[in-house]
Amino acid sequence: MNDSFVEPQYFTFGHPPDELVLKSGLKLGPVTLAYETYGRLNAAKTNAILVFHALTGDAHAAGVHKDVQNPGWWDPMIGPGKAFDTARYFVICANVIGGCKGSTGPASINPATNKPYGLSFPVVTIEDMVAAQKRLIDHLGIKQLLCVTGGSMGGLQALKWSLLYPDTVRSAILIATNYRHTAQQIALHEVARQAIMSDPDWQAGDYYGKSVPARGLAVSRMIGHITYMSERSMDEKFGRKLKGKERLGYDFSHDFEVESYLKYRSDNFVQRFDANSYLYISKALDYFDIAEDSDLQQVFKSAAAKFLIITFTSDWLYPSYQSKEMVKAMKANHLDVSFIEIETNYGHDSFLVEIEGQSKLIKSFLGNLPV
Amino acid sequence: METLRPDHKLILEMIEPDSHVLDLGCGDGELLSLLMKHKHCRATGIEIDEKAIYKCIEHGVTVSHGDIDSGLEDYGDQRFDYVILNESLQEVLNPEKVIREALRVGKKVIVGIPNFCHISARLQIFFLGKVPVTKGLPYKWYNTPNLRFLSIKDFRQFCAERGIIVERERAIGASREVFFARNLFAYAAIFLLRK
Repeated sequence: MNDSFVEPQYFTFGHPPDELVLKSGLKLGPVTLAYETYGRLNAAKTNAILVFHALTGDAHAAGVHKDVQNPGWWDPMIGPGKAFDTARYFVICANVIGGCKGSTGPASINPATNKPYGLSFPVVTIEDMVAAQKRLIDHLGIKQLLCVTGGSMGGLQALKWSLLYPDTVRSAILIATNYRHTAQQIALHEVARQAIMSDPDWQAGDYYGKSVPARGLAVSRMIGHITYMSERSMDEKFGRKLKGKERLGYDFSHDFEVESYLKYRSDNFVQRFDANSYLYISKALDYFDIAEDSDLQQVFKSAAAKFLIITFTSDWLYPSYQSKEMVKAMKANHLDVSFIEIETNYGHDSFLVEIEGQSKLIKSFLGNLPV
Repeated sequence: METLRPDHKLILEMIEPDSHVLDLGCGDGELLSLLMKHKHCRATGIEIDEKAIYKCIEHGVTVSHGDIDSGLEDYGDQRFDYVILNESLQEVLNPEKVIREALRVGKKVIVGIPNFCHISARLQIFFLGKVPVTKGLPYKWYNTPNLRFLSIKDFRQFCAERGIIVERERAIGASREVFFARNLFAYAAIFLLRK
């Protein structure tokens, strides 16, 4: 069926002098957002769901493209009859600003210089990413979203949306996420950034058209992968199995399957992701703190959405207690919030791979919201 | 109207329409969804069992996954019109604290307890010399979720000693409501409490 192919679309806004004013005070424009949609927007425009991707995700959340047969990153969750049922809902996913998959980011051409931005790209925040997507939703003529949702960084964006634009969102499903980046989360990102920046090919971010800092980016991806899995799921998947050899090599080539796996996955990643984007997006995550100088309870005074918060027992990167603190602050503000901690071994990656439980919850939760 | 569990029927009768209700140990949200449907209540639950949470969400009940002992801390004073502890008080670690907390967050508290001193239990202890298994307490000693065993009389005394006012007390027998000698003939009782 040809109409089952999805196609990325592009929306450009913020041409000078109407640039997007960033949280830092700097301006960015023009801004292009790459986005995809699934399902059909109803006539009243009341069935739209905005899905936000995680750090290295992109607008391709579901379905397949004509040329590349890789399904979207949340394909098991978005589609006809799935959790986000595209027979009922109109699902939108956009690549974040700072990204490298069609939206304006450090690899994009700076119209002022006709060269890639590199490090002259302004530091963006989660708030800025969300503000850019608000422009897209306005452009699509959607006044109110039935739901905003995402896992990990996607959850941060959904949360931020619910606080910035409370009148435009009826519900928010926040998965494996947090209300602020903690010291450990920042520290892990800093190691990843240092790996990129210590690669001699990084060249202070000015490597476009030359050789990319592939080794540094690969190391940061390896660190990321480790943090997305649980100790138990890694041991179950790889154990101490050797790769391509019968016995230990007594040298520094790869012995273990887990080593080859990390190498394979990170080599793939380097092909598809820009190192500077990794720096910018990880920074945006680290800057994230909805409470900033004020009290967490105060922050939720402005929220109005119905919330569903999902965590996973084995997720040590965004542990459940962080979401529980958020739930407590929401309850103090009499918000309608449901919370569940799903028992699973998959670690932080659970939001991508634990489909059964999440699907049940999301389907029921959305089904109880009249469209 | 569908056939209701006798305890659910009595609880429904105790609750004013349009109330905000918190059910501690709400299970699959059956009681809360009845309250939403028949009394137009705003319903919130706390439940420890993950599988039951899926059912709650399916029923459109707002629910938090967690234990009763710590779950009440999240709520401010007199936040709910009613806090319900139906068939769950005997399973908590610290019932005294839970009742105190329930009376803090709720204007009224509804407690449903199984009666350990039903006549059939007394007879089993006396004649069989065994820990009783009854309609209200259908477990063996090795698989019961109950941590506390109390009678209707015990609970009345508990409330009296703490100055907790029992506004209403209704008791459930084998087939109908029990009005006389409740501590002997009721399998379970529902209390409506306030400070």
